[in-house]
Amino acid sequence: MLHVEHIYWLVGAFLLVAAFMDARVKRWSAAAFWAVLSIPFLFGDAILAAAQSGVRWPAQAMGVGLIALGVLAARGKLRTHEESPEDDARRRASASKFGNPLFVPALAIPLATVALVLAAPHLRWNGAPLIEPTQATLISLGVACIVALAIGMRITRAPFAESLREGRRLLDALGWAALLPMVLATLGSVFASTGVGDAIAAIVGATIPADNRFACLVAFALGMVAFTVIMGNAFAAFPVMMAGVGLPLLVLKHGANPAVLGAIGMLTGYCGTLLTPMAANFNIVPAVLLELPDQYGVIRAQWPTALILLAVNVLLMWLLVFR
Amino acid sequence: MNAWPLLGVAVVVAGFALRRNPVLVVVIAGIVSGVASGMGVGDLLALLGTSFASNRVLLLFTLTLPVIGLLERCGLRERARQWIDGFRRLSLARLLVSYLAMRQVLSMFGLYDIAGHAQTVRPLLAPMAEQAAARDAPIDEATRLRMRALAAATDNVGRFFGEDVFLAFAGVLLIQRFFDSQGIHLEPFAIARWAVPTAIAAFVIHGLRIVWVQRRLARRKPAAEATDAAR
Repeated sequence: MLHVEHIYWLVGAFLLVAAFMDARVKRWSAAAFWAVLSIPFLFGDAILAAAQSGVRWPAQAMGVGLIALGVLAARGKLRTHEESPEDDARRRASASKFGNPLFVPALAIPLATVALVLAAPHLRWNGAPLIEPTQATLISLGVACIVALAIGMRITRAPFAESLREGRRLLDALGWAALLPMVLATLGSVFASTGVGDAIAAIVGATIPADNRFACLVAFALGMVAFTVIMGNAFAAFPVMMAGVGLPLLVLKHGANPAVLGAIGMLTGYCGTLLTPMAANFNIVPAVLLELPDQYGVIRAQWPTALILLAVNVLLMWLLVFR
Repeated sequence: MNAWPLLGVAVVVAGFALRRNPVLVVVIAGIVSGVASGMGVGDLLALLGTSFASNRVLLLFTLTLPVIGLLERCGLRERARQWIDGFRRLSLARLLVSYLAMRQVLSMFGLYDIAGHAQTVRPLLAPMAEQAAARDAPIDEATRLRMRALAAATDNVGRFFGEDVFLAFAGVLLIQRFFDSQGIHLEPFAIARWAVPTAIAAFVIHGLRIVWVQRRLARRKPAAEATDAAR
């Protein structure tokens, strides 16, 4: 059976190749960075399994590795990618030569993912499912990338090594930004286990007039946004704000409908996700990927949508939760 | 209640405001928050290590880089621009609004990972948006960068405000599990259908903003024509 772990091994192998290529041109800190980052992908399951059974040194070593990654990230600079006019002309000629078939591998990633997700329940071998059902989307995405690469190599007649070189070029261009989402999610877990959430909920809960249901609603909505901005993730904010404000004040005291409050409350948190650099995989990584000089460029493009939608959500909750 | 772990939040805010390297800021914030809560070094390292390893799914997108890099070298982005030029009627607003609609609908069916910044925005949507914006008259560099950012923003809005309508989405299940643990039992469908009004509102708001950007672009064009000789 294909597990998501197998896909992680592929990521780990790719990171190791990138490390090796950087080492060959003596870019030592970049090489060390990718090599350390490959560890959670190659040994992630082993680390987590060991921690579960009480053996803590692998997890602690990973913790040291994470600190090392932070230091290496601060030392290295993001390399902006230099364009020569010849490159530009060559790519234009190549685009005209290959034509629309160039789109096929790019579109094959989403299409093959969908096809595999839909086919996963029916793909069986010796009675066991071929794709682990709980992680079908992620496994399908991984397999789709390989399928797309095979198609791409066939269409462009490029060797495999070339795709690795180009992949590493993009990876080096991303640099520390590639790592940021993982580090932020880690911080979210640390905040959760050190009680940051409870402290914030207590502060919000202590500052609002509990008898005014509109004030409670606004405090809940703004709390969801503010906490999402801090944590970079509405999922982390939801239990905290719901337990601190939503459930005791809105649902139990003022009789709000929990289904409506839950659904729109979560989406109110998403407005915060659009506003924060802490949601790096949605806001910072694309700014680097698109070579925007301003790392907050994507946030600048979406904050008006986020704020208007926040107001609409408060209005929707006001109209719908107390019916 | 121990309020000291909030120091970690202060570190994050200060670090981002001073534009220090975000990875280092976040790692330090984690350490500060852990130490302030009275955690021992061994516990803290183990917590950092296990959380880091459990969140490795967030780097899965790197698997798209070899094929996208290869295609880009062979001119994928240039081809995307040439392709848009072939559709005179596909304006910037039509392109981005249809992408927004498609992204939201796909997300509603749980297919939120099929598109994304690495696999669709950088190689396809961003160059198409740039080209569509420059159709009638050249645009300056700042406008080009804004078009790219708008393409990325459109992807985010489409993804976020479609996915909570999907029943099996982690967000819906998280809401259900939370209330379940508090003794309030809800069906996933009862939660997911209340995400629909916000999904529609998100489409209308962001769609109108895109149309507005296009209008402003059309108005600025005569001025841009005179000043911008590039391209």
